[in-house]
Amino acid sequence: MENLGLLADGLAAALTPVNLLYAAVGVLLGTFVGVLPGIGPAMAIALLLPVTFGLEPTQAFIMFAGLYYGGMYGGSTTSILLNTPGESASVMTALEGNLMARAGRGAQALATAAIGSFVAGTIGTLLVAMFAPALADVAVEIGAPSYFALMVLALVMTTTVLGASPLRGFLSLFVGLTIGLVGLDLNTGQPRLTFGVTQLTDRLDIVVVAVGIFALGEALWVAAHLRRKPARVVPVGQPWLGRDDWRRSWKPWLRGTAYGFPFGALPAGGAELPTFLSYVTERRLARRTRRGAKGREAALRTDEFGKGAIEGVAGPEAANNASAAGMLVPMLALGLPVTATASVMLSALQGYGIQPGPQLMTDHADMVWTLLASLLVGNLLLLVLNLPLAPLWAKLLRIPRPQLYAGIIFFACLGAYATNLDPFDIGLLLLFGLLGLAMRRFGLPVLPLILGVILGPLMETKLREALTISGGDPAILWSEPLAIAIYAVLLLVLASRPLLSRWRARAEAQTVDGTDDDTDGRADGDGERAAAGTEGDQR
Amino acid sequence: MSTTTSGPWTPDGGGAGRRGARAALAAALVTALVAVTAACGVTRGDDSADMDMWIPNSPGGGYDQTGRAAVGVLDRGDITGGDLQVTNILGAGGSVAMSRLMGEEGNERLMMTLGLGVVGSTYSFGVDARPHDATPLAQLIEEQEGVLVPADSPFRTIDDLVAAWEKDPGSVVVGGGSSPGGPDHLFPMQLAKATGVDPKQVRYVSYDGGGPLTSALLGNKIQVGFSGLAEFEGQIAAGELRVLAVSGEERVAEDVLADVPTLTESGIDLVFTNWRGVIAPPGISEERRAELIEQLTRMHDSPEWQHALTDNGWTDAFVTGDDFEQFLRDEDERVSTTLKELDLL
Repeated sequence: MENLGLLADGLAAALTPVNLLYAAVGVLLGTFVGVLPGIGPAMAIALLLPVTFGLEPTQAFIMFAGLYYGGMYGGSTTSILLNTPGESASVMTALEGNLMARAGRGAQALATAAIGSFVAGTIGTLLVAMFAPALADVAVEIGAPSYFALMVLALVMTTTVLGASPLRGFLSLFVGLTIGLVGLDLNTGQPRLTFGVTQLTDRLDIVVVAVGIFALGEALWVAAHLRRKPARVVPVGQPWLGRDDWRRSWKPWLRGTAYGFPFGALPAGGAELPTFLSYVTERRLARRTRRGAKGREAALRTDEFGKGAIEGVAGPEAANNASAAGMLVPMLALGLPVTATASVMLSALQGYGIQPGPQLMTDHADMVWTLLASLLVGNLLLLVLNLPLAPLWAKLLRIPRPQLYAGIIFFACLGAYATNLDPFDIGLLLLFGLLGLAMRRFGLPVLPLILGVILGPLMETKLREALTISGGDPAILWSEPLAIAIYAVLLLVLASRPLLSRWRARAEAQTVDGTDDDTDGRADGDGERAAAGTEGDQR
Repeated sequence: MSTTTSGPWTPDGGGAGRRGARAALAAALVTALVAVTAACGVTRGDDSADMDMWIPNSPGGGYDQTGRAAVGVLDRGDITGGDLQVTNILGAGGSVAMSRLMGEEGNERLMMTLGLGVVGSTYSFGVDARPHDATPLAQLIEEQEGVLVPADSPFRTIDDLVAAWEKDPGSVVVGGGSSPGGPDHLFPMQLAKATGVDPKQVRYVSYDGGGPLTSALLGNKIQVGFSGLAEFEGQIAAGELRVLAVSGEERVAEDVLADVPTLTESGIDLVFTNWRGVIAPPGISEERRAELIEQLTRMHDSPEWQHALTDNGWTDAFVTGDDFEQFLRDEDERVSTTLKELDLL
C-alpha cells in the first residue's frame, strides 16, 4: 500500500502539463519509429539522448518511457497491415493480424492490439510498482537449465502449428533450425554455414528472415498470380470492435499479460518466447472451444486460426507489451541492463550522475516513481492516439494491389537497409523472399520455419551455457526447481494424453451435460493432436 | 500490366475511397521518411565539413557510449566545423564495421570508434582487416577490468582464486560479458597464463553483456566474473558483489573501488586494460590525418570531455598518431598470441 501512495505522488508529478507534453512527444516519436522496421526503441532512445541533455532527468525519462511503449506498440501496425514486423516481438502478431487485415478486419486487429497493449502495459507497470524488488530477487535465481526447460516446452508446443502435413511441417521446422545455426558458434568462435561471408558471422536477424518470408514472399506470390487469378477485394468491415470481438479478446489479453510479464522480468527472458507461447495457447484453446462448444454456439464459433483470428492478435500483442513492462523489473530493482533499450536508458541515467544499481529505487525514489507513473500516462496516451487512427490505417489496404505491394517491398527493403546501412541485408531479404515464394509454391507452412529460427539459437545457447557450467554433466538440466516443475508438467501431460482422449471420447458419446471441462484447460502444453489439424496453414 | 487497369481490384466506392487511401499511403510514407531522417540525425546542408562517425556495435554498448560522448563534445564545441552523424554498424563483434572501413579507402569524411573487442573480433570472425592498417588517429580512454565475485563467495582474495585454479582449473566456472576474443574473455585467459594455469582448462561462459553476467553472478550460477567495472558500481556499492582485483597499472580512483588491489600488487605480473579510440579509413592524406588528430586533441582538452570522463568512470588515456599506431600493433600481437594459445585461431 505504501507503494501505491508513492505511485500516486509519482502520478501527481507526471501529470503536470509540461510533463504530459513530453510524454505525448515520446509516445508519438516512439510510434513512428516503431512503425519502421529496422529502427527499434533502443536506437530511437540513443538518437534522442542528445536532445534530452537540456532536460531534467525526470522529464527525459518521461519521454523515454513514452518512446519505449510507443515503439513496442508501433511495431504491431506494420505487422498487421503490411505483414512486415518491425521487430522480433511482433512477428507473431503478423500471422493472424495480417490475415484479419486482408479479410477486412484490419481495424479490429489494430484496435485489439492497441487495447491489449494498454491492458498489458498497465497491469505490467502496476506489477512493477508493487513487486519489483521481490521479483528481481527471484528472477536472478533462474538459470540456464530453467530457460532450457522452457525452450523444450516451447518446442513441444510448436507441433501444434505444423499444419496439415506433418512431413512438410517438420521440413519447414528443420529449415528454420538450420537458418538459426548460421553464424559464429558462441562457445568456440567457429563460424558455421557462413561460407566465408563476414555479414553472416552474426546470427541472421529474425526480422529480416520474417519480413523476407512473410512480406516479400507474399508479394512475389501475388505478383506471380496477378493475371491468372481475379483479385480479391479487401472487404470493408465495420471500423470498431464488435461485442463478439470484445468477448473473444479479453481473455487472450489477460493470458498474454500472464505470459509476457514474467518473461520480461527474467534477465534473459525477452519477448519472443512469450508472444509465441501466447499464440500457441490461443490457437489450441480456440480449437478446443470449437470442439467443446455445442449446437448454435459451435456454429458461431468456428476456429478462425489460419484465416485471421482475433485471439491470435490480442494474445501476442498483450504478451509483447507485458514483457516490455517486465523488463523494468531488473532494470529498476537491480540496475541491470538486460535489453539494449534498458542499457541505453541506464547509460542515460549515468549521464545525469545517477548510479544505477540496487539502491536506485530507494536513493532516487521520486524519479523512479515518476517514471512508473509516466509509463501509465504514456500508455493511456498511446491508446487515445491510436484507437481513432486504427480505421484510418486500415484503409491503407484498399490501395490497388500493384501499388500496395510496391509500397510493401519498398518498406521492407528500407527496414532491412536501415538496420546497418548495408546493401547486403537487402540481398538477404530478397533471398528469403524467394524462399518464401518457393515455400508457398510447394505448400510448406512458413510458421514452423520462423519458430525454428527463433527457438533454435535460444535453445542452443542455453543448453551449452548449462553444460559449460556443469562441465558436460547433463544432470544440471534438472538441477533447478523451475526446470523440474516444467519437465514434470510436460511428462504428466504427455503421459495422460491417451487417457484423456479416451475419456473425452466417452464424454462426447454421452453428450448429456454441457460441463465440458477442457474448454478451460489452459495449463496443458502437450503437443497432442499435433499434426492432425485440418486448417490450411499455408501462409 | 498497364497502368490504366481499373479492373476488379478497385475497391467499392471508387474515387473517394481511393483518394483517401492514397492520402493515407502518402501520409504513411512521409511519416516514414521524416522518421528515418530524424532518426539518422541527418541535417544535411551541403556543408563539406560534415562527417560520419561509425560505431561498430549497438546503441548502449561501450563503443556507442564513448563514440557518442566524443561526437557530442565535438559537436557542441563546433570543432569539426560541420555536422557529425553517428551510424551504428552492427555485426560480427565490430569486424563488419572494420572491414567496411577498410573499403572506404581515401574517405576523409569518416571516423570510427573502436576498442580492444574489435581487434579480438577481427581474429575470431576471420576478417583480414587490421586496425593498424587503417589510419590510427587517437586512443581516447581506457577502462580497467575487474575480477568480480558474489558477496558470499569463498574467494576473499585473488590468491584464493589462483589457488583453486591451480588445484583444478575445471572446478571454477568463470564468466564474462564478451564472446571469445573479446576483452572479458582475453582477460581471464591471460590471467590464467600469468599464474601458470593452462588457459585451455579455464571454464569460461560467455554472456551477452554486463546485465546477464551480473544476474548470473547474483544467482550464483557462475563463481567468478570478469568485466569492465563501470556497469557494476551500483552492485559493488550495495555490497552484492565484491572485487578481488583490478587489472590496471594503478588502483581505480573512485571511492567504491579505492581499496581494491591491482594484480601487480597481489604479486601477479599482468596489466590488462580495455581501451577505446578513433581511427579513420586507410589512404587519407597526411594533412587530413594531422587535421583530424588536431581536432580530437582539442576535443580531449575541452572541459566537456573531462566532464564526460568523470560521468562515465573512464580513465583518460590520450595517445595520438604514430604512438597509437604502434599501440594498435602491440595489442594486435597480444590478442593473436592469446587466441593462438587457446587454439581458437
